[in-house]
Amino acid sequence: MAIRKVCGIETEYGIVVRGADNNPVTASSLLINAYVNATSKKIGWDFEDETPANDARGFNLHDVFPPDVESSLVNAVLPNGARYYVDHAHPEIALPEVTDALDVVRWDRAADEIIRESMTHANRILGDGAEVVVYKNNSDGKGNSYGCHENYLMSRETPFGRIASHITPHFVTRQIFCGAGKVGCEEPNRHPEDVPFQLSQRADFFEEEIGLETTLKRPIVNTRDEPHCDPQKYRRLHVIVGDANMSEVATYLKVGTTLIVLAMIEDDQVGDDLLLASPVSAIRQVSHDPTLDTTVRMRDGRRATALDVQWGLLELARKYEQTHGLDSVGAEVGADVLVRWEQVLEGLERDPASVGHWVDWVAKQRLVDGFRERHDLAPGSPKLKAIDLQYHDLRAERCLARRVGLDTLVSDADVASAMTEPPSTTRAYFRGRCLQKFPDDIVAANWDSMVFDVGRDPLRRVPMMEPLRGTADHVGSLIDECDTAAELLERLGQ
Amino acid sequence: MAERTQRQKPTGDRENDVVQDAAPATSESGEKLKTEIDDLLDEIDEVLETNAEDFVKSYVQKGGQ
Repeated sequence: MAIRKVCGIETEYGIVVRGADNNPVTASSLLINAYVNATSKKIGWDFEDETPANDARGFNLHDVFPPDVESSLVNAVLPNGARYYVDHAHPEIALPEVTDALDVVRWDRAADEIIRESMTHANRILGDGAEVVVYKNNSDGKGNSYGCHENYLMSRETPFGRIASHITPHFVTRQIFCGAGKVGCEEPNRHPEDVPFQLSQRADFFEEEIGLETTLKRPIVNTRDEPHCDPQKYRRLHVIVGDANMSEVATYLKVGTTLIVLAMIEDDQVGDDLLLASPVSAIRQVSHDPTLDTTVRMRDGRRATALDVQWGLLELARKYEQTHGLDSVGAEVGADVLVRWEQVLEGLERDPASVGHWVDWVAKQRLVDGFRERHDLAPGSPKLKAIDLQYHDLRAERCLARRVGLDTLVSDADVASAMTEPPSTTRAYFRGRCLQKFPDDIVAANWDSMVFDVGRDPLRRVPMMEPLRGTADHVGSLIDECDTAAELLERLGQ
Repeated sequence: MAERTQRQKPTGDRENDVVQDAAPATSESGEKLKTEIDDLLDEIDEVLETNAEDFVKSYVQKGGQ
């Protein structure tokens, strides 16, 4: 049976400084430090167990592949269990681990609010009318991309080859409902105006079907094998192919449908019927056609639209719900994902404009087309690209995505509490509660351990190799009852 | 695949059901939708970065993951 899924998202945000030195590394550091200093005691990240050069296909590239963890840069862990840090000249937030798609949406929205609050604090420090502005997008329109990665816990027993081949059709075609939309084309050797508008921010940047890279020659399936938990039992599928979404329903569907397809893969219920002949060219063909009429070649020689492939996956998922149930992805949320998955495909098939309240690219295209017609602009006008960029502007008063009538799934109150409270259903609960209650006794934290200093030598590392232990059910009352970190460690048998 | 091909071309009846069930946006009159878009475009005229060309040109990011 598919294992209970744990998942999360890590987003690299775009960043610009106006009226002061526009150095993205300095600006990102300022942003994070301003937030952390204003809101909590700064607790650093612990790099002891980071192994980003391990490959799921069974080798590691440490010798030829520089580690992309820059430990000298700002790195903090927040009381909601998230990691907030500078990565590759971008501020990045990795959400705390959660167990269903709705909680991903909740903590993802909290991350955006944390960025907004960070901008306020940073601008106070900058003064003189200077400001730092953060964008939740994945491309600057000039060939530079930065990622929004998803992570999914999977059983080590599932062969990686099966995961890679059976998830690829979903990764190529899910962009029809979770693409964030883009004005212009950034595919190498093509003119920006060759594609006036496309579904995805990221599709132009994928050059391989499978591989370890994340910054060059990006692969549709990334092989980084760094589970951040017991490597004998688990793997973490690190997904780099998606866009950052402004629409809550798009994030929900992106993660929710992927969780279900991955559960089906673990139970070997996907099969080879939906395999594509050329996934790399298909991902661009699909992205480049907002009419959704384009067909791509399947491995068996048929041609199919992205909608055909999605209908095929949904049909398998419906059967899977009957035969296996959806407990592994959260039964209630999983069932709701299936309903909305069908609704979004029906809407896209009938008239994409009908799902503009759910799908980012549809909402953005409506703005871009409406503005172009009103002002009689030529395709390629910088004003259209400005609308694209400003759709993702996280300043509340400038953000265009906030004005297009997108449906919401999570209340503002739930988002506000998720800025400081960890999820209750994973080890993020233990991490977050300890950071709240014993900040002075914690030296460092990372995904799978925490290091305490309770005044006696040596420092004590508490391993957290099981993502589903350390939940509110397991340790909630224990943490409540302990007045000191020393007492907690003693009762944990540390 | 035959089943799937049929499924992506629903019958007229099914399509009508779907319109009522799944897509509240289409139950609005075209006129209302147009007013909404006009209002939205008025707003964009107000909040769009004043010098779009400079803004777009200066939006340069370092490549990330």
